[in-house]
Amino acid sequence: MSAQSALLKEIAGPAGQDLNAQALRADARRESLRLLALLAPSLFLVCAIIIVPIGWLFWLSLFDETGAFSAANYARFFEQASYIGTFITTFKVAFIVTGACVLLGYPLAYMLSQLPRRAASICLIFVILPFWTSVLVRTYAWLVILQRKGLINSWLIDLGVISQPLSLANNFSGVVIGMTHILLPFLVLPLYASMKTIDTDCLRAGMNLGAGPAATFRQIFFPLSLPGLASGVVIVFVLCLGFFVTPALMGGGKVVMWAMRMEQTTSLYSNWGAGAALGVVLLVVTLALLGLFQWLLGARATGVWSSR
Amino acid sequence: MSGDIGLPISHRQRLWLYGLGGLVLLFLIAPSVIIVIMSFSDSTLLQFPPQQWSLRWYESYFQSLEWRDATIVSVKVAVMTALVATPLGTAAAYAINRGTLRFNGTINALLTASLIVPVILVGIGTFFLYARIGLNNTLTGLVIAHTVQALPLVVLTVLSGLRSYDMNQERVARSLGAGRIAAFWQVTMPQIRFSIVSGALFAFITSFDEVVVSLFISGGETTTLTRRMFNALRDQIDPTIAAISTCLIVLSVLLLSLAQIFGRRH
Repeated sequence: MSAQSALLKEIAGPAGQDLNAQALRADARRESLRLLALLAPSLFLVCAIIIVPIGWLFWLSLFDETGAFSAANYARFFEQASYIGTFITTFKVAFIVTGACVLLGYPLAYMLSQLPRRAASICLIFVILPFWTSVLVRTYAWLVILQRKGLINSWLIDLGVISQPLSLANNFSGVVIGMTHILLPFLVLPLYASMKTIDTDCLRAGMNLGAGPAATFRQIFFPLSLPGLASGVVIVFVLCLGFFVTPALMGGGKVVMWAMRMEQTTSLYSNWGAGAALGVVLLVVTLALLGLFQWLLGARATGVWSSR
Repeated sequence: MSGDIGLPISHRQRLWLYGLGGLVLLFLIAPSVIIVIMSFSDSTLLQFPPQQWSLRWYESYFQSLEWRDATIVSVKVAVMTALVATPLGTAAAYAINRGTLRFNGTINALLTASLIVPVILVGIGTFFLYARIGLNNTLTGLVIAHTVQALPLVVLTVLSGLRSYDMNQERVARSLGAGRIAAFWQVTMPQIRFSIVSGALFAFITSFDEVVVSLFISGGETTTLTRRMFNALRDQIDPTIAAISTCLIVLSVLLLSLAQIFGRRH
């Protein structure tokens, strides 16, 4: 009998549990490895195409033209007026475009959130379709509309409003109009998604307590919509900073933004160190803004992509 | 008197809002509509509305060897990107959905990196890398670069499909003796296939419309359609581009409707 109990103890006792736990752990490890194997090709590609080249460029940016280790590529940003001009232009465009997107996007998102589901989904097509139309196509359209002999000018002249064509394309205003059009959906979509989650009971309660429509909006709806607005603003602003196609085509060579400057320094002047330094600073500013946003609101601004 | 969300505000009181929103919608859609109409104009002057109609810009598009070659390159690259990015992204989404891996946050950040990193930096970096390993101006190089751009969209789309799918079904199949692959293929796959198809469509259109990276790494015989359009727009405003743009808009509409149809079925 004692032999039997000893045997039972051995099977079910601490040693047996150990064996079981070990097997489970080994199984979990194998499962993790399998999952990693599923991720491996994607992670490899992302590292090879994004992480490694950027690291390499960062390394390059630490050396000057003679190959000596120096901060010359970064010091240049503070010393040369043309770089300072580029940064000022970039931030000016980014602020104006973001502001315009808020002014146009907020009423649109608000309207969409108040419409019945069917009407809203029809209107949403008008937001999503441009979102998925090539940036080039939309820039081309604005060139056609805004150029000297374009639609706006010929209409205004026919109507007798102006006698000389306005210069709308190939300058600052063309860049701002084109970029506002392209980036507007990036603000409207997350804003609309967050407005849809606002509990209408809160609004109804406010109205029951005697608040008029304006007060309900100002004191209840608007504050609740701010996180969605903030995520739209951050994403639009960040995309503005690195925008290339529209300023390159609609700036007429006069509006030099950050990304164009990078292209010019690397392609035209083959100054990789300087171009790389510009890229590194752009990336740092972008990540800092996104990180600040995430820290303040505890949400990811990139959620825009899943809210389409 | 009440609106659709049950608030005591009538539609009439909201007319100003509908007017304002309608104007913004018009701002969003008008440029595309104008280009589509103008592409059928007979004039080189880009008048609107056109005085006479013709298909001459479409003829000039389809008969130009340069444009045709560029279109073929873009279609090839987009199809291959969809074929590569879809299985890779689906596998990655499957692994992330388990949520058991230790570095899930880091993995997520890495996979969505191409949405965050400024695309101009990716373009310059890829060009720099490809110059060392001889992948500039090659189809392979374009497909790899575009796959990285398309991956996050495939991952996010498939992930949203997996989130509304009960993984226990696959466990049941496995406990009944199905192998790992058979369980995925016969049980999970049929239920998330619409998300996978949507992901593939998004990958295709991401590649087809990609401009900035292609500007750096394509050229010569592998010049993509968008690169050629970009260069043509730098010189002058050729109405042929209106015809090409219309084709691109139609393609977007088609692919989006397909994705919508698949999305709804799912």
